[in-house]
Amino acid sequence: MSDRNPEYDFKWCPGCGDFGVKRALEQAIDTYTEEFEIPRTSNVIVAGIGCSGNMVHMMDGEQPFGIHGIHGRTLPIAFGVSTSRPDLNTIIVAGDGDFLSIGGEHIGPAASRNPNMTCIIMDNGVYGLTKGQSSPTSTTGQITTSTPFGKMETQMKPLELYLTYGVSYIASHYSSKPKVLANFIVEGMKHPGMSIIHVQSPCTTYNDTYDILKGNRREGIPGTAFIVEEDHDPSDYNAAVSLLSKGGVPLGLIYKKEPPTITELQNKIIKEKSKNPQDILSSYSI
Amino acid sequence: MVQKVKSKDFVIRFAGEGGQGLVTSADAMARAATGAGFYCQTFSTFPSQIMGGPASSQVRISTTPVLSNGDAVDVLVVLNQYAFDNHIDDLSENGVCIYNAQDCIPSGDGNYFGINADELAKESGNTRAANMVILGAVATLIDFKLESIENFVKERFTRGRAGDDEIIKSNIVALGLGTEVAKKSGFSVGSLDDPNAPDYEQIMITGNAALSLGAVSAGLDSYYGYPISPATTILIWMEQNLINEGKFVFQVASEIEAINNIVGAGFSGKKAMTATAGPGIALMSEGLGLAWMAEIPCVVVDIQRGGPATGLPTKSEQSDLFACMFPAHGDVRLPVLAPGSVEECFYVGELSVNWAERYQGPVMVMGEFSLAERSENIKKPDLSKVVDERRNSDTGSNGYKRYESWNGKLSPMPIPGGEVAYVANGSEHDEIGDTTHLPKHHIRLTERRFAKLGLLNDAPFEIENPDSEIAIMPWGSSKGVAREAYQQLIEKDKNLGWIYSVALNPLPEDIKEELKRKKLVIVPELNYQGQWSSILRMEGINAVSVTQFTGLPFKPTELANKISDKIKEIGD
Repeated sequence: MSDRNPEYDFKWCPGCGDFGVKRALEQAIDTYTEEFEIPRTSNVIVAGIGCSGNMVHMMDGEQPFGIHGIHGRTLPIAFGVSTSRPDLNTIIVAGDGDFLSIGGEHIGPAASRNPNMTCIIMDNGVYGLTKGQSSPTSTTGQITTSTPFGKMETQMKPLELYLTYGVSYIASHYSSKPKVLANFIVEGMKHPGMSIIHVQSPCTTYNDTYDILKGNRREGIPGTAFIVEEDHDPSDYNAAVSLLSKGGVPLGLIYKKEPPTITELQNKIIKEKSKNPQDILSSYSI
Repeated sequence: MVQKVKSKDFVIRFAGEGGQGLVTSADAMARAATGAGFYCQTFSTFPSQIMGGPASSQVRISTTPVLSNGDAVDVLVVLNQYAFDNHIDDLSENGVCIYNAQDCIPSGDGNYFGINADELAKESGNTRAANMVILGAVATLIDFKLESIENFVKERFTRGRAGDDEIIKSNIVALGLGTEVAKKSGFSVGSLDDPNAPDYEQIMITGNAALSLGAVSAGLDSYYGYPISPATTILIWMEQNLINEGKFVFQVASEIEAINNIVGAGFSGKKAMTATAGPGIALMSEGLGLAWMAEIPCVVVDIQRGGPATGLPTKSEQSDLFACMFPAHGDVRLPVLAPGSVEECFYVGELSVNWAERYQGPVMVMGEFSLAERSENIKKPDLSKVVDERRNSDTGSNGYKRYESWNGKLSPMPIPGGEVAYVANGSEHDEIGDTTHLPKHHIRLTERRFAKLGLLNDAPFEIENPDSEIAIMPWGSSKGVAREAYQQLIEKDKNLGWIYSVALNPLPEDIKEELKRKKLVIVPELNYQGQWSSILRMEGINAVSVTQFTGLPFKPTELANKISDKIKEIGD
């Protein structure tokens, strides 16, 4: 439920990681909008289907634009937004199922074009809204409603995937530290090109991984999340590979390069080869 | 023996194997003819391959505007035995066949003679000029001024490259050699009446290029597309021509990408389009539903081909109507525009992008292979008359109500970067776009989404002989041949009406009323199920179809006979 729309009655469960991501995104939009003096309405949030996608209806403060699209298609919708209106701050919010399962086919092509957009992926290793099915990032052996005897296939490694595809800004974090997360999102927005901030955002109802992530000393569970060392060089591809090969959940910037964006490349052609309809028409004269 | 060919129009067909330059020959003939003041229409048919397989390309040259491919071939040029065997039955009674003497042994009794084109090409110094040799022979047979072809050759091969002059010279020599052979043969097929060149300026253009140009002239901003026959030429055209400040073209990774790209672009305030064929329409189903539900302007062009599934990628069919009008699950019925000529393609390119802006939703354009690929000379469009209509966007206070109930007018559509914002939503939503499950919103917005189609009431239509009891109503690419059949039929029976509408949904009110008055409406269409007459019957109109699904367009006289038979069969 949002303050501005009492009729909208969607709720996240208590303790849902998405609350933290929402606060981080709101703060990032505030920061970015102020720093670059753009209208609030120049922010466009392209939302996928799932609990996380509903963020677009729950933004507090002045309303940015939003488009709540169909399942798995945030990347192509955002590509249309970003390339037709390069002046906008294009943002994607999607879950692991939406982005990596049905939406997976779009990641490679998007990365190779490097459009200017910021993708915030809320990874909870489960399909929450449909009540607890297995997702690409569920672990092997995980019991879910669609894998009652344990998930059989291997667990997808999204960060490695992004790196291999050549995504030009890759950061990994979790939802428990919204202020820190907000900084990575702002950096992603500033980054000229495709940014992915992959956020562990646990689902308290169907796959509560808070203890696994942060650890629980009393229960003797070591946490899988670890802060990326200060001396990690994000412009070094091999260093990124090595960092990711350690396993666990890194918290920090993994990789960042600045190849040309698709908009820059198109602008070169526009400068040299512009045409108007009258000239085109004349080329057909008999 | 002197053969006579009718002098108002005739059909020249080049038949051989894919890759032998057949399309070039027909095109050359067409350009030479239009340059000399005649009207032309080309048609090609070939399998979905790069090389090999039966292929043919023809041009119909006439002293009046051409409506169809005609009934039979008057001059048939065959480059190999396979072509002879497969096309000789299409030759008209008085027609002449020129065969490639190296590769062909004609059988049966007929007006044939052979040319050894490759040998003669060698003599000209240009081994690739075999097509020119043949063209010279054809021109002589039909008493067509060689000068026109020479002018065409000069123009076509002046490309600013070294060696242009050589190529032009050798091609003209080749033309001359073919001429000599034809003269020696003693054959003469007749000649065309003097051309009646129109006094307006003309262009020679394909259906796909005309459609593209119409859209771009009307302000198209963004094009995202995926290669698929027969829509690929639109992607290529856009990549070469939609270049300017604020424009964007891109080949994307699939049709699923393309439909979602144009939704994103349309949402952002831009006029956006993609073009595809049947298989792509199937993939775009969900995205089209999104555009309908979230009320986002965009245009999808379907260049129909043989279906279903992969079907016949380079053949003619009109079997996507159900899929285009009802592409998505749920209560969705898209506006559909179906151009019936190359000239109408330009106008529909313009109208479709404007319709999308006006009613704030997706618009479907239905082309078809034979219309898309054929070249025709048409009146040069007047760009000063082209309209660039844009959506009504609003400035107002926060929490703006984008999705108000329909009250005869549409609530404006804000654009990112403007003063107010909303959320476009594929789920059912309330006034500001937030997801809802409440019945009141689903009811009022479903009604709004259908009622606003009433804004789309300015597409052209034709009604002739309104007092007749029976009428013919073609749609899309079958218009021309249906018109030619109609002209034949009303000579015998004046009590036959003609009804035609570029818009298939919504159907203009005048058209609906006219249709309801008829005892019988006959729809010639290239599909099995009789898709358009089915839709008409849904509206309580007494319609039946005359169908054909051979992968080729109708032939005028054959169609006229089929229509007569249908009328007798229904017994009225």
